[in-house]
Amino acid sequence: MNLEFGEEYERLRAEARAFCAETWPPRGGESLVGERERAIAWRKRAIAAGFLHRTVPREYGGAGMAPDVMAETVIRQELDRAGVPHRGSVQGTHMLVPTLLECGTEEQRREYIPRTLTGELVWCQGYSEPGAGSDLASLQSRAELAADEWVLTGQKIWTSQADEADMMFGLFRTEPEAQKHAGISYLLVPMKTPGIEARPLTMMQGGTDFCEVFFDGARIPARNIVGKRGEGWKVSRSTLKHERMLIGDSAIVSITFDSLVALARRVRRGGRPALEDPGVRQRLAEIAGHLATQEWSVARMLTAIHQNREMQVMSDMIMAKLLSTNVQQMIAKLALDLIPDSGLHEPTASEAVMGVGEFTPGRWVSTYMYSLAFAIAGGASNVQRNLIGELVLGLPRDRRPPS
Amino acid sequence: MNFSLSEEQELLQSTVRGFVAKECPPQTARAVFDGKGEAVPALWQGLAEMGIAGLVVPESLGGAGLELLELALVAEELGRGVVPVPFLGHSLAALALARGGSAAQQEAWLPRLASGESRATVALAEDGGRWLPNDWQLELANGRVRGRKLAVPEAEGARLFVVGCAGGALALVEAGPGVTVTPEPVLDRGRPLATLGLDAPAQRLEAADAARLIDAGCVLLAADAFGAAHQLVRATAAYVQTRQQFGQSLAQFQAVKHQLANMALDVDPTRGLWWYAAHAFDHAVAESPRAAALAKSHVTDRAQQAARDAVEAHGGIGFTWESDVHLWFKRVMFDRLWLGAPELHRERYALLAGW
Repeated sequence: MNLEFGEEYERLRAEARAFCAETWPPRGGESLVGERERAIAWRKRAIAAGFLHRTVPREYGGAGMAPDVMAETVIRQELDRAGVPHRGSVQGTHMLVPTLLECGTEEQRREYIPRTLTGELVWCQGYSEPGAGSDLASLQSRAELAADEWVLTGQKIWTSQADEADMMFGLFRTEPEAQKHAGISYLLVPMKTPGIEARPLTMMQGGTDFCEVFFDGARIPARNIVGKRGEGWKVSRSTLKHERMLIGDSAIVSITFDSLVALARRVRRGGRPALEDPGVRQRLAEIAGHLATQEWSVARMLTAIHQNREMQVMSDMIMAKLLSTNVQQMIAKLALDLIPDSGLHEPTASEAVMGVGEFTPGRWVSTYMYSLAFAIAGGASNVQRNLIGELVLGLPRDRRPPS
Repeated sequence: MNFSLSEEQELLQSTVRGFVAKECPPQTARAVFDGKGEAVPALWQGLAEMGIAGLVVPESLGGAGLELLELALVAEELGRGVVPVPFLGHSLAALALARGGSAAQQEAWLPRLASGESRATVALAEDGGRWLPNDWQLELANGRVRGRKLAVPEAEGARLFVVGCAGGALALVEAGPGVTVTPEPVLDRGRPLATLGLDAPAQRLEAADAARLIDAGCVLLAADAFGAAHQLVRATAAYVQTRQQFGQSLAQFQAVKHQLANMALDVDPTRGLWWYAAHAFDHAVAESPRAAALAKSHVTDRAQQAARDAVEAHGGIGFTWESDVHLWFKRVMFDRLWLGAPELHRERYALLAGW
């Protein structure tokens, strides 16, 4: 056990820090262009310097380096700290790119990956439908091949950023006669295609992160398929093992917790700071226990990835999502209990947009509601419990009615 | 960065696990609960022969010269097997001596403690839940201690007591005249507790740090509770696959599966919490008190919840004396409450965090 990263990685950390200091915020001519352009320009420099998308091969616009989870961790810590725009289109970089690397054609990789890495191409994920949530494979949106085009009909929903995205990677039923999982294909859909409409859905706290997307005879080229016809389910699963790249984001939860402690210092109970209230201290320390559990689980997972201990990585990863969901809900709940009267008032429009800005009372109210989304998005908590039961504890799979 | 065990540490753990599987099946712990503890001395002697009694004793004095993490890894295995041996008190007493005793004190006692020839334990608690050094009131004056200590583990048969005194001092007291051991009616019969009456000669451990001794105890309790709860979750998962109702195993009911998943989620991810607390004790001393307080309060609390759920998932049989579930349940209860309940250590954490 050694919790130091060691000289080699600390040198890399120092280099990453120096790179960020030198390149962000941009100076001179670069600083004049818009926010999006500045972010794209910065990502190009970061990739060229080997601090971003390190493992993506050079011919597809990455840095072409060998996987090294420790190097990626120290670099990400520095990028987070520096506040640089390293996270581009997460759906694109974390889901589509690994899928194309694994299952895409050479042409698709060259066409899509480089611009996705820089953020020039923004993606949304077209999976869920009104009738297909946890039971995703029951999806009904159709794609029919007519001459050399797919003709799309149907509806997707809960599609994050569909109104801003250039492209969608989505699952469509192409072989209606085939058995449930076997009739699906993985298609790449330009969102500007006539016959596609994305309508933002207003969330309970007031923001609009996601959309419903309607397809009414939209036509896309036949070559926009990843993998073979009817293999879309398998192609979409190939991304799952890359989700490990998303771990380690417990830093964001820590920041929220620090804001909660600051809130407890500021608000008063019985004429004294709430932080002096024994009950509040107990609840904070209990959350600290959950948070530390999560942090040390991530550290164990990083080591296990580094040492290729696949079994341990799998079971730790399955639990990581629920763990994180639970902590975020506890933090939000205590925050609202500290400022109960604020919960009677609707957050302002800017407070309803998550992920940016200071923790005003209205933003805590938004966070209180938004924390519930983590129990739903990316695999509902009850589905996660099934996975823990089956894959960690070896319990039998649910009996499912024949499809 | 490497947050994993070394090969030597894994070997130590698997050796102890193998020993426990062979020498201490659940019937052994059950026999102790039924008042038949004849197997315990041989079990402890067997562990001592493997070097467990002197894990943290310096090599020059007959020990293995290891650290708290190794002790905690052993504690995990003893908790997993609900092994009824006097490990906890003995290990803490040896640690206090090895880290805070004079050369003469160490030479007088540590070789015997390491070999298993003599047993030692710690006397910490006082009336009114006074577990922490600042709250101790036992009088140490003119080379004598006078007063009473509670919940002293494995006191019967111990030759040496490390006793917590007023002002946070630690003192060595030998068994003999002026030292009376009165067994307490204990819940976890695998780890008996006694009240110690003291009016006896005592030698101060001049360099000892009582707060660190409490931190070490917190880590060992967390590790023990983790091992016990981890095993209990697996045993419950096995049970629900054999028990049939409505023509199918209980495991086929999603309500049961989800309950098991929540139990695993309570227990499994906390491993890193006590690993870190154990590591910090020797390698990040400034962080150690916070990490120990958090590990003790959080791990044992989660383990207790899992143990409660385990009884429920077993149904009626889980509530009986005949079932083994209560052995683990009571093991975890001990771990959660000895050295003070989670509330005490959460408040300690809050203070240490500067809140």
